[in-house]
Amino acid sequence: MKCQYCEKPATFHITELVGPDGPSVTHLCEEHARKYLSSESPTPLAAVASALAKQLKLGQTKEELAELDRKACPVCGITFYEFRNAGRLGCPFDYTHFRKDLEPLLANIHDSVEHIGKRPKRAAHAAGVQGRAIQLRREMEEAVEHEDYERASVLRDQLRALESGDDAGAQPQAEQPGQGDC
Amino acid sequence: MQQQLKLDELASRCGEWLRGTGPESDIVISSRIRLARNLGDFPFIRRCSQDDRHAIERTARNRMEKLDQWSTVHYLNVSQLSEVDRQFLVERQLISRELADAEGSRAVAIDPNEQFSVMINEEDHLRLQVMHSGLALENAWQQISELDDMLEGAITYAVHPQYGYLTACPTNVGTGLRVSVMLHLPALVITRQIEKVFRSLQKISVTVRGLYGEGSQFTGDFYQVSNQITLGRTEQELIQQVSEVVPLLIDYERRARRFLIDQNEQDLHDDVSRALGILCTAKKISSEETMHYLSKVRMGVNLGLIESVPMKKINELFIQTQPAHLQKLHGRLLASSDRNVQRACFLQSHLAGGRDTPPGLN
Ligand SMILES: [Zn+2]
Ligand SMILES: [Zn+2]
Repeated sequence: MKCQYCEKPATFHITELVGPDGPSVTHLCEEHARKYLSSESPTPLAAVASALAKQLKLGQTKEELAELDRKACPVCGITFYEFRNAGRLGCPFDYTHFRKDLEPLLANIHDSVEHIGKRPKRAAHAAGVQGRAIQLRREMEEAVEHEDYERASVLRDQLRALESGDDAGAQPQAEQPGQGDC
Repeated sequence: MQQQLKLDELASRCGEWLRGTGPESDIVISSRIRLARNLGDFPFIRRCSQDDRHAIERTARNRMEKLDQWSTVHYLNVSQLSEVDRQFLVERQLISRELADAEGSRAVAIDPNEQFSVMINEEDHLRLQVMHSGLALENAWQQISELDDMLEGAITYAVHPQYGYLTACPTNVGTGLRVSVMLHLPALVITRQIEKVFRSLQKISVTVRGLYGEGSQFTGDFYQVSNQITLGRTEQELIQQVSEVVPLLIDYERRARRFLIDQNEQDLHDDVSRALGILCTAKKISSEETMHYLSKVRMGVNLGLIESVPMKKINELFIQTQPAHLQKLHGRLLASSDRNVQRACFLQSHLAGGRDTPPGLN
C-alpha cells in the first residue's frame, strides 16, 4: 500500500476514531506520518482547509478568492495564499489585517469568535503597536545587513520609543520602501 | 559537556508521569495540558529571521533564569543536540517531533521530575506543558496556569481583545489550550468494541485517536482523548469536556476486562502469561512486537493475573525499549537489527524473575 501523500510505501496506519464521517484509517509513509503525528491537534492543516472549503461554497467567487489570495500582511508580508497552503499565519497582526476573512474560518473551526477564558495580567500593547514593532525590527535587521548603521540606529530609537509606550497610536505602515516581499 | 550531563541524568531515571500511581492509573496513563503562547512583538515562527529566533530564545531564557523555582530546571539547546538525543526527548514526550526536526535556534526547559516542560520556538514561540500520572487534569491545570503567570512577568504576549491568545495556527487561538488524556484500552481492542464505543462519543466535541505503526511510541492499545476547539469556552469548560468522556471510557474498558475474565479466565491468563514469556525469553524483538506484548502484560498485571512485575516497571519499559532510549542506555548508536537484540537483552534483564538487579547477560 502506498502513502496517501507520496509514492513511498505506507508503513503507518493511523486510525482517527472520531471524524466527521466516522472512524477512518490514514495510510502514510514514515516522513508523512511524522508530520501528521507531530501536530497535536488532529491535522490543523486539514481543519483549516476544510473550513476554507466550506467558506468557498458560501458564495465567494473565483475572482474574489484570487484577490484574497494576493492580499498580504503589511507587517510580515505573508499572503493569504501562503497561509491557505501552510495553515499557519505569519504574525499576530494577521488576525487584525485578515480579520474579515479569518473570522468565518474561526467560526467554522471553533463554533465561536469570542475568547472568554484566561487573559494575561499585563495589558498588551495595541495590535497596531506590536505590528509596527515587528516591522521596525525587520527594517533594522535589513539596515544592518546593508551596513547602513545610521539608519539602523534611527530605527532602534524608534523601536525603543515604541516599546516604552511613547507612541501608543502607532500603526503598521502599508508601504515599506525597499522592503522585499519574500 | 553540560548538556550531555543533564541528558544522562534524565536517562538514568524515569519521569514522574510514569509512576503509574495516579487516580485510575490502571487505565489512564497520563494527563497532559499544554498552552500555546507567543511574544507580541515578534512574527510567528514561520516568518522569523534567525535573529528573531535568537532574540525570542534569549528573552524566554532570561525570564526563566530570574525565577527562583527554576534553579533546578534543565535548559537544553535543542539545536545543539544529536539526532539520538533529540529522539530521546521525543520518546519521553518532553519535546514534540516538530521541535526535534525543526532548524535554527530552539530550546526546551525541563523540570527534574519531568512534570513540566517549556518548548521555545516550536510552532508557537512558547509551548508550556504539564504532565501527570493517572487522571489528574485539575492539578495539571492549576500547575500550568501558575507556570503561565510566572513566565509572563516581563514578557508581553500576543493577545487580541476579542480572540484572546494569538497562535500561529487558527486552530489553537483563544485559550491556546490542549488537554490530552492517554488511556490504555486493550480489552476494548480484544473484544472489538473500540470503534463502536468511539462512534457513540462522536457528538461530544472531543477528539479520540488511536495509533499504531512501527516507530510510533503510541502503539500498544493506547488512545488519546483531547479537546477539539480552543476558542469560545473557558479553560475549565474545555477541561470538563475531556473529563466527562474519560470515565465513560474507563467504565467500558473495565466492563470489557470483566467480560474477558468471565468468559474464559484461563484463556486470558494463558494469553498474558505467554506474552510475558516471550518478552522474557526472546533473543531479538522489534519495537512493535514489544509494544504488543507489553500491552497484554500490562493488562495482566492490572487484573492480578501477573504478580511478578510492578506496574511502574511495565510503564517504564514502554519508553525504555524505544530506539533512542536503547541507544542512550547502551552508550552508542545501534543498527536496527542490533537494536532488536539489545532490546531483547534489556527486557530479559528487567523482567525475568522480577529481580531488582538485572541478572548477568550471556
Ligand atoms: Zn509519504
Ligand atoms: Zn503578518
